[in-house]
Amino acid sequence: MRKYTRLVALLAALAMVLAACGGGEEPAETTQAAETTVATTPDTTEATPDTTEGTTPDTTEGEEPTADVTPIRACQVTDTGGIDDRSFNQTAWKGVQDAIADGYATEDSDYLESTSATDYETNINSWIQEGCDLIITVGFLLGDATAAAAEANPDQYFEILDFAYEEDIPNVVGAVFNTVDAAFLAGYLAAGVSETGVIATYGGIQLPGAVTDFMDGFVYGARYYNQQNGTDVQVLGWNPEEQTGTFTGDFENLDNGRNVSQAFVEEGADVILPVAGPVGEGTAALAAEIGNLWVVGVDADWTQTMPQYADVILTSVLKGLDVAAYTVIKDVAEGNFEGGTRVFTIAEDGVGLGTIASSVDQALVDEVEQLRQQLADGTLNARDMAEN
Amino acid sequence: MERIAPSHIDWRSVVLVPLLAVFTALVIGALIIVLTEGPDDVVPAYVALFRGAFVGISAISETLTAATPLIIAGLSVALGFRAGLFNIGVEGQMTVGGMAAVFAGFALSGLPLVIHLPLAILAGFIGGAIWGGIPGWLRAQTGAHEVITTIMLNFIAYRLIDYLLKQPAIIREGRFDPISKDVLPSARLPQLLDWITPSLRLHGGFILALLLAWGIWWLLFRSTIGFEFRAVGSNPSAAAYAGMSVTATTVLVMAIAGGLGGLAGANQTLGVLYSVSPGFTSGIGFDAIALALLGRSHPGGVVLAGLLFGALRAGGQVMQVRSGVGIDLITVVQALIIVFIAAPALVRALYRVRAGEGAGQLTRGWSA
Repeated sequence: MRKYTRLVALLAALAMVLAACGGGEEPAETTQAAETTVATTPDTTEATPDTTEGTTPDTTEGEEPTADVTPIRACQVTDTGGIDDRSFNQTAWKGVQDAIADGYATEDSDYLESTSATDYETNINSWIQEGCDLIITVGFLLGDATAAAAEANPDQYFEILDFAYEEDIPNVVGAVFNTVDAAFLAGYLAAGVSETGVIATYGGIQLPGAVTDFMDGFVYGARYYNQQNGTDVQVLGWNPEEQTGTFTGDFENLDNGRNVSQAFVEEGADVILPVAGPVGEGTAALAAEIGNLWVVGVDADWTQTMPQYADVILTSVLKGLDVAAYTVIKDVAEGNFEGGTRVFTIAEDGVGLGTIASSVDQALVDEVEQLRQQLADGTLNARDMAEN
Repeated sequence: MERIAPSHIDWRSVVLVPLLAVFTALVIGALIIVLTEGPDDVVPAYVALFRGAFVGISAISETLTAATPLIIAGLSVALGFRAGLFNIGVEGQMTVGGMAAVFAGFALSGLPLVIHLPLAILAGFIGGAIWGGIPGWLRAQTGAHEVITTIMLNFIAYRLIDYLLKQPAIIREGRFDPISKDVLPSARLPQLLDWITPSLRLHGGFILALLLAWGIWWLLFRSTIGFEFRAVGSNPSAAAYAGMSVTATTVLVMAIAGGLGGLAGANQTLGVLYSVSPGFTSGIGFDAIALALLGRSHPGGVVLAGLLFGALRAGGQVMQVRSGVGIDLITVVQALIIVFIAAPALVRALYRVRAGEGAGQLTRGWSA
């Protein structure tokens, strides 16, 4: 995204040149531009705490640290999305803030933003030099830099969110999420509210696991609904057995999301799960415009991060990066750090559903809650719905 | 040989205006800090910025490491400007060149460094030259404006590496996210300062960048081809009348500019990252346009502007650690510098600097 921001800045600069050439070049014009920049900045930062509030499941609240807790300094390094990306980086930072609030992390816990791939190494090394107890890196983009720093500093604790290494590194927790279960619930709910009997999903880039798990779960959930209720709800856009489906090609172009969604709507779909990061906002925009279309959010609770579209958001499939950050900070503070891959599940609210639209039938919401408990205690397995 | 150059250098426009532009941008940056963080944060933030850019071997190493790709990419844009062509395609050229260099860097094996590294660098140059040559050829053959074609080729390049990074021959074993195999040690640009501390990242690419700047200066101002480049840039009709081939020159300029863009990409992949993942160019190709403007499209100016932007990047990292001011401020300051550079009248009016004569034409218009 950032590269486009720069281009826009440049084009704006060129536009100003043209304006200046048009006569009457006045310094006032620039100060005005500066004021605009200034005026927008506080808004976005102020919005930050608001938008993330309430995305953490209740489990993290109300816990009081026990006596043998030593609050630690937790330091986050973002990927190039920045701290206010309304997604992974912001959710992870929410987890750090929760840990500060609950006394597991110290007030000087902080984050560093990366603007390019070359920043990852520098930022991680800055935190090592600053004496952080736990360094939290966000996303697969930081996989190499985190591994290199962890191997060079075997006594430094790391956690990398949403990424796991083939071979465990003893001082790194690789936090991954069992999103199939949460998407399963969303699929069940979507099939339940669909009036046309057609629902759909699409992805950004076909990343096995990271993206396709959502799509698998969504289809399995819809199948389970059909099985339980004798219906025949169709899911467009993904075939879990063949692992083929619809992808927009990137995680950036909102318009592609809109176009793909339009095509689904024309085939009768009235609920869409976009697994494409911000691209899904294109679907939400379309839904807000045409009506009769539900959108299922991913990663964060979209009613919080995109309140302007709250009316069309059926629910959101949450990936609890905040839970993962919080849990490992707590482990370190209690002296229980254990490296290696750690799967965060629906049982510990590592994944789950966000706010469900208020117009949804309460009986259906109760069914979904029952399913959640069954998935959590293991009496139901989402992957059993695979047709192999 | 007659040279197309101003008979005397107007030091106000060449030196004073850029300096004042940088100064003004920093002052406005300070105002932004005051309004977003508070007045007490300005001095610590700028002290951290300065220290992070210049104080200590580590800071200088980071500044030079950040400046290297900016200088090479800036040369690419500057060369285009000199020939009246606006190369916005450096991002795409970096992407393709960086990818080509990485491919040569892991696919060829068993070669010694003295052979493998030059081959990988050459692959980067050729990849970029093809990506830059296409718009040059389109411009010459069909009149399609290079602003449009280069920017469109950026998008094609982004999608191209998305595609390539899914191919089994390129994606790293055991990984599903888009990241390439690692460049073999024999194709990596050698570290220059790792004998002091292993974490110092300055690499041979910096020397390459300086050599390229000298090479482009020589090409532009001391060679016959460069004379033709500048002649075509100044007045294509006159150049054609004088018997120069505008078509061939356009293709050649864009191919060389593209090759430089490719080298900027190769510099990142062979010198710092050792692999390719989407977005590794991180806007350097767009920063390069600002650099070329700031450096007045002169190789020496580009080197200085590159060092300044590199210092802002490296210092910005430290500023972020030591004070609450976010790295985005650096982007804002850079953008403000461009505003003041691109609109010199603003700076002149602010500081009552008299206008120099003949500000010079940047590029040809749409209809030329």
